Parts: sequence; structure tokens; C-alpha cells
Amino acid sequence: MAREIPYIAAINEAIHLEMARDDTVLYFGQNLATTENDEFVKAFGHDRVRVTPISETAEIGMAVGAALAGLRPVVELYMAEFMLVAMDQVVNEAPRFRYMSGGKVKVPLVLKAGYGFTAGWAGQHTGSIYGMFMGVPGLKVALPATAADAKGLMATAIRDDNPVCFFHHYLLTLEPGEVPEGEYLVPFGQADIRRAGGDVTIVATGWMVGKALAAAEALASEGIDAEVIDPRTLEPLDIATILTSVEKTGRLVLVDQATRHASASAVIAAEVAEHGFSALKAPIAQVTGLDATVPYSEPMEAYVLPDEAKIAGAVHQVLGSAPVTA
Amino acid sequence: MAQLDSGVAPALLRTMWRIRRFEERVAQLKRTMQVHGLVHLSIGGEGVAAAVCHQLRDDDAMYSGHRAHGHAIAKGAPLGPLMAELMGRVDGLCHGLGGSMHVVDVEHGLFGATGVVGGNIPLALGTALAARMRGSDQATVVFFGDGAVQAGHFSESVNLAALWELPVILVCENNGFAEFTPRSAHTSIELVSDVVSVYGFRRQTVDGSDVPALWAAFAEILDTAREGRGPMLLECLTHRRRGHYEGDAEAYRDQLAEEEWRRRDPVARLQADAIAAGWLDEAAVAAMAEEAADEVEVAVAFARASPFPEPELMEELVYAKAGSEE
Repeated sequence: MAREIPYIAAINEAIHLEMARDDTVLYFGQNLATTENDEFVKAFGHDRVRVTPISETAEIGMAVGAALAGLRPVVELYMAEFMLVAMDQVVNEAPRFRYMSGGKVKVPLVLKAGYGFTAGWAGQHTGSIYGMFMGVPGLKVALPATAADAKGLMATAIRDDNPVCFFHHYLLTLEPGEVPEGEYLVPFGQADIRRAGGDVTIVATGWMVGKALAAAEALASEGIDAEVIDPRTLEPLDIATILTSVEKTGRLVLVDQATRHASASAVIAAEVAEHGFSALKAPIAQVTGLDATVPYSEPMEAYVLPDEAKIAGAVHQVLGSAPVTA
Repeated sequence: MAQLDSGVAPALLRTMWRIRRFEERVAQLKRTMQVHGLVHLSIGGEGVAAAVCHQLRDDDAMYSGHRAHGHAIAKGAPLGPLMAELMGRVDGLCHGLGGSMHVVDVEHGLFGATGVVGGNIPLALGTALAARMRGSDQATVVFFGDGAVQAGHFSESVNLAALWELPVILVCENNGFAEFTPRSAHTSIELVSDVVSVYGFRRQTVDGSDVPALWAAFAEILDTAREGRGPMLLECLTHRRRGHYEGDAEAYRDQLAEEEWRRRDPVARLQADAIAAGWLDEAAVAAMAEEAADEVEVAVAFARASPFPEPELMEELVYAKAGSEE
């Protein structure tokens, strides 16, 4: 049975279900369990639900050590940018330990981090920084765009035997969506074709999926039939589904809230250019955030971000068609 | 207070000779590039490794840093696979994928060694937390140098370990050098035990080449950890007889101090103590050094006979797959 619940409730439901299912799952982070009334504390107690000081290095490092000893910690980091103060643990310890040990140990943990809060949160709380973690061997990266995927990807992340960065979008927090009840897993590395179409392939991530779908609906009224694909995880990345779509449509528009250089968009573009070049009828178009820190001023914030009009414009560009104006 | 006796002292001395002969051989093999990578030796610090690790059980967890050979040997790592690891061979402790700075020997409780100074400290907190949650009396020990104390990892970890009263044992080998510069260039605080004093750590500072003193100090600390109490810091004032890494020109080295430390060599001192106490005679001591050298030659032969790892293994270990653990 599915029912509508907000994106954030879907994430919490997954953590709750996994903690009930497996008593090695811990949940800790800043500002967790601030009252005895906290639903996680009531259900699982202070031993498994812990508030930490503002010490990201210690929090994440401790999670690595607990994981090495057989536990499955979920670390609440709030803002994705807060991971940056603990890059040694995120990049050099968590994902490398298994490999450097020759496979003798494993580090199952989830780093839960919100990103992209482009609602006036200015330069240090609005970044879409998931791309930098795609480049770290040993880390997995999940990027849910819907409430159902948020639940299913979180459950899969907790059960995975590797460190997983789970990036949830702050502007989707209260967005409702149909979510299955009970155990629900979304496999990593399987893109979701959110809208089937034959004229152009649009690959969008996170918050941009909704904008790409809205643009696709607007284009449909012009007779343009867009296929919209959400990769859902960036590592592993389901390039096969994207290539299959591009073979059908011959045209590709990539939509990514992140800055373009060294982004998920740039990686997908390179893969398609290398492996799907013969299918392309037009150069790949990328609709990304501008290569700038997100500015505070509201019109400037909108200026640097992708939107429906920019996506539609890119689709017209790859189709070589002019937009229909009223 | 726990005293060394005729049973323990010879065993410690044997371990110290095994570490010394092993590392002297590694230095030779490094000069001929049979050990091709970055190597840091602990000659002069064998007493700390032996006195601490001989009191630990196989199921006690331990973390080390970039200068890890002595800790690994004292905790029980077999010399053949350790040497094979340094030579990058498939029969190495980590199949040759970790190397000198990242030795792991799970069977003997060595969960990992980090090459980033201080990066291992928060990991030990997580492992100690896991042991306490299981209701186990397993101890967790982390070795680091005094250079780590000025890193953020240390401060964050010390605060959290004290806040949660974790049964974790921090063993600081204070050799007076942080890489290539003296401690006085890094901090105004002479003793590491003073740094943690305000957090309420149980702490001791001992002469790191006085093995009986180390033994007694660590015994007391370990008893506390076994009771599930903590945290503790053992500061060992020691000396690094070699450079920071093999090949270091050591332009910063004070020759007078070097002479002084030759007299305070922990191996020579323990040997003199053991002979004076009648636990060993000159012949037994000489035999011990020779046996250690023979054992190291067997280890070198084992390593040389082992092939290099194949690409399949290297690629397979990047991510853990469900049910793929060794």
C-alpha cells in the first residue's frame, strides 16, 4: 500500500524501519534526539540514537571505527558542506580502508547530508557538491528526487556494505509523494525512466528531475516528446539506460544543479561522447549551475541555477528547432 | 603495580629484537628498492610496542599510523606476510594493496593504520563505542605521534571520548619530532598529557625506553579499560632513531641528542635489566638477536617467493559486494 508522505518523512521512515530490523544500526549526529519525545529516542534509546558535538571529523571517524567493529552507523550531517571539514574521514579513511586492507575489513555506513538549499541560504549552504564524491573510489553516492526513492535508497544505503553518501535536497524536504509502506528498497545503479519519449533524452538529477519533467510537459504541447531519466545514484551510475535512450532519441540534454566543471553532468557527457557518439545527431547540451558560488540576492540566485526555460531552450537547441511563442 | 618478571621480560625482549631486525632489514631492502614504497621505521621505539601489545588479547582492537611495523609485529602479525606486504606481494597481509603505512591484521585485532597523521584517532572511539554497546571488555588502543596532537582530529576526539566516557586508550609516542621539525616549533605545550588534563583523562607520562615502567603504566590503564571506563592517555617519551622516512637526510638532527639516545636504547636497557636480574645470560640474549635475524630472513624469502597481485583482485576490491567478505 502506498500513501502520500513528505520526502523527509520517507527518509525517516526508512531509518526507523532499518533500526527496528537490525540492532546494529546506529543513528547519530548534531541536534539529534534533543528531547525525550524524539521518535527515534523513544523507539531505540540513547545508546543507538546519539547527539554529537559540532565535530564532523570525530563524528564521521567514529562512524568508520564503529563500522569496522561490525555496526552500521547513519551519521546525520545536516548540510552537505559540513562534510567538507571532515574530508580526511570521508575521502581518505572511510572508502579506502576496505581496499587498503585487501578486502579484510568493510565499512558500512551512511553519511546523510542535505544539499542545494537555494532559498537565500547563500554561499556556504547551497552547494550541490555530490559530484566531488563520485570521483572517490570506494564511496557510493545516492541522490533521491522523490519521496519513494528517498525511502528506498536510504534503506538500501543502510544495508550496503560500503560507505554511502546520501544527499537529500533541502527544497524537496516537504514535497509529498506516494511511498510504499513497510520494507521498500530501491537498488543502487538503476536509473528510473520518469517519462518515456522518443525525440530527446533529458537526464536530470535531484531537484532538477521535477524541473525537467515540467519542461517536458511544456514541450509536449509543442509536439516534442522528451524522455526524462533520473539516475538516482551517481556511483554506481547507470550509463547503460542513458545510452539506450540516446540510441533511440539521438539527442541528449543534461540537467544538473551543480556547477559544471567536474560535475555529474560532465561525467555523463563524457561517457555518452565516448560510448554513444555514433548515435548522437547533435552535440550534447548541458544545463547546469553557473561556475560560481551561489549568490545571496534572490534574482542572482535564480540567475545561476537551471530552470524550466533553460531546459526547454537546450532541448530546442539540440533539436535545431525554434521555441514556439504564443 | 604490575612488575616485569622472568616470564614476561624475555618475551618482550624477543619481540623487540624481532622488530629491530625486521626494520633494519627493511631499511636495507629499501636502499635496493626491493621494498619500493614509502617506509617509516620505529627503531628506538620498540619498547612501547612490546610493552603495550603484549598485554593485549587478539580480540582487543588496535589502530596504528604510518610508523606501524613495530605495533603490528608486537600484536602478533606474522613476519612473512608483513614483509610480503611491504614488498607489494599477493601473500602480504593486505594482498600488497595497503603497503607499509596501511597494514591490517584483523586476526590479531589490528584494524588499520592511517597515513594521515591523527586520522586514526576518531576511528578508535567508534570501535570502543561498539565494544561497550556489546557489553564486551575488549579494549581499543590507538597509537599516534605527538605531531597528531596539534591536528583537529585529536581535539575533537579527545572531547568526545571524554564526554561519552569511552573505554579507549590513546597511546602517544612523543618522540619530540613532528615529521622534520621539533615539537617546540609546533606547540607551546611540552607534554601531551597536559593537553588532555582539562578533559579528565586518566593519564600517565613515562619514559618510552624504560620497558618495566611502560609495562606497569599500561597494565594499570588496561585494567581501567577492561572495566569499561575511560578514556585514558599513555604518553611515552621516546625517540626516533631513524629519519622521518627512509631516505630522509635528517639535516635537523642534533648529534648530541643522538649519542644520548644510543645509551638509552630500550633494547639495550631491557637486556641489561634482564641480565642483572638473572632472567637471561649474555649467551641467551645474543641467541635472541640471532634468532630474530634468522626469522627475518625466512620472512624475506617468503615475500620474494610470493607473486605480485593480479589486476582482477585489484579491481574486485574497490567495493564490497554482499557476501563477499573474506
